[in-house]
Amino acid sequence: MNYQFRTTQELLVLTQQHDWSVSELTLKGEVELGNASREELLAKMLDYYSRMKTSVANGLKITERSQSGLSGGDSKRLYKHSEGGTQISALGAIFERSIAYGLAVLETNAAFGLIVATPTAGSAGITPACLLTWQEVHGASDEVVSRSLFTAAGIGKIIGYGACFSGAQGGCQAEIGSACCMAAAALCELDGGTPEQVVQASAIALQNTLGLICDPIGGYVEAPCMMRNGLYTIHAFGAAAMALSGIRSMVPFDEVVGALREIGQKMPRIYKETSEGGLAATPTGLRFKPKPRISPVP
Amino acid sequence: MVGPSSSHTAGACRIGWAARELLGGTPDHAQIGLHGSFFATGQGHGTDQAVVAGLLGFPPDDTRLKDSFQFATSSGLDFEIHEVDLGAEAHPNSVQIHLKRKDTEITIRAASIGGGSIRLEQIDRFAVEICGTLETLVFWHADAPGFLARITAVLACAELNVASIRTSRYERGEQALTVIEIDSTVPPEVITLFQHARAIQRLVRLPVLPGF
Repeated sequence: MNYQFRTTQELLVLTQQHDWSVSELTLKGEVELGNASREELLAKMLDYYSRMKTSVANGLKITERSQSGLSGGDSKRLYKHSEGGTQISALGAIFERSIAYGLAVLETNAAFGLIVATPTAGSAGITPACLLTWQEVHGASDEVVSRSLFTAAGIGKIIGYGACFSGAQGGCQAEIGSACCMAAAALCELDGGTPEQVVQASAIALQNTLGLICDPIGGYVEAPCMMRNGLYTIHAFGAAAMALSGIRSMVPFDEVVGALREIGQKMPRIYKETSEGGLAATPTGLRFKPKPRISPVP
Repeated sequence: MVGPSSSHTAGACRIGWAARELLGGTPDHAQIGLHGSFFATGQGHGTDQAVVAGLLGFPPDDTRLKDSFQFATSSGLDFEIHEVDLGAEAHPNSVQIHLKRKDTEITIRAASIGGGSIRLEQIDRFAVEICGTLETLVFWHADAPGFLARITAVLACAELNVASIRTSRYERGEQALTVIEIDSTVPPEVITLFQHARAIQRLVRLPVLPGF
């Protein structure tokens, strides 16, 4: 095996050695594992991207509240707002639309619709929202955009090796943090960033989500998950822009992953997807606690 | 995958799916014990429905997942779900499942470790570590000398590469469990050959778990 990596240090040696992008190295590494050919992998990513776009489109159609009553109709609301009127934000329609796309995927998810976990379901909105926004602005093909999912996958893999993705193990920082880090990496490469800049974008995105707790109201992947998927889309764009401008993270990516792991390990259990603390334990949050459908004692 | 959570829904479904394969078909009866976060927030995430969907053989991107309880009734799967405490060391998203199908019974313990990835940690009394990313052979066999040598000799003749191998036993000379992960698909004739070996009490070929 010649193209495998577990840290960005290893990744950067390989990309430099072969003069490859992060996506190319990740793709080569997957081909090397021997489970699928290059063509099959490219086709698979293209299919994932098309499923992502469908999950955005489906979410934007939702007008009803979810079963829990915690979400529903917000992506459509924001999308409509982005289309006109006088109240549009100073940052413009694209800004609002990209947030709406992030919300849309989580609305599809809350309705038990089909989504692509990137890297998890609770954080599945950020990457599709970023990539679809980028595609609309640049008029690029699905082939071009879906290639950047390999960039996201390569960076995500490193987080998987060094820390974790699950809110129950690492808090929201492991989910939303990983997702916007992966999206920032993809955006950075799409915008012509070097592998070094891609790694910087990832480091900037990840270190500024550290500490986020996982406190879903009522145990549903809706609040605050949904809004985070919208808002952290902007975070990913910001991190990519900073890296492209030449800004460097003080702490290297691999060490940020180490910090993510450490914070996750030390984070109290009540903030790790148990809905026993944070927003879930507020008076309002407690109102949404489901009545037990399954018996507490055998 | 079908939401809402990769670990609580997709991972839970894949665990159920693996348990069904290890049993050899849809169970008649299932006792599902949810530990930690799986119990605490499982209801909002549809963890219970997802495990049942997996037990019925539904993959994680099957939109029937949310209606799995109804499908269980029509498939004759009788199930109970309760809370279990598997100890402080257990992964927060852990589940223990006891299944029964005719004369076959099996107990598995597994964890959903994030992003839909899972780890089977125990089969019956035996400690295992199965991720389901490779085809896996699970042998229930007598703890007797030369067992592994015979098995690996057959695999070698069939040009099958072993990725990992693990044997665990409860007491010396009693029953043992061997788990072998293979890099490729095991042809049916190899399985037939294994069935001639007297030491093997039961053999299951666990396919690569469905993706999401």
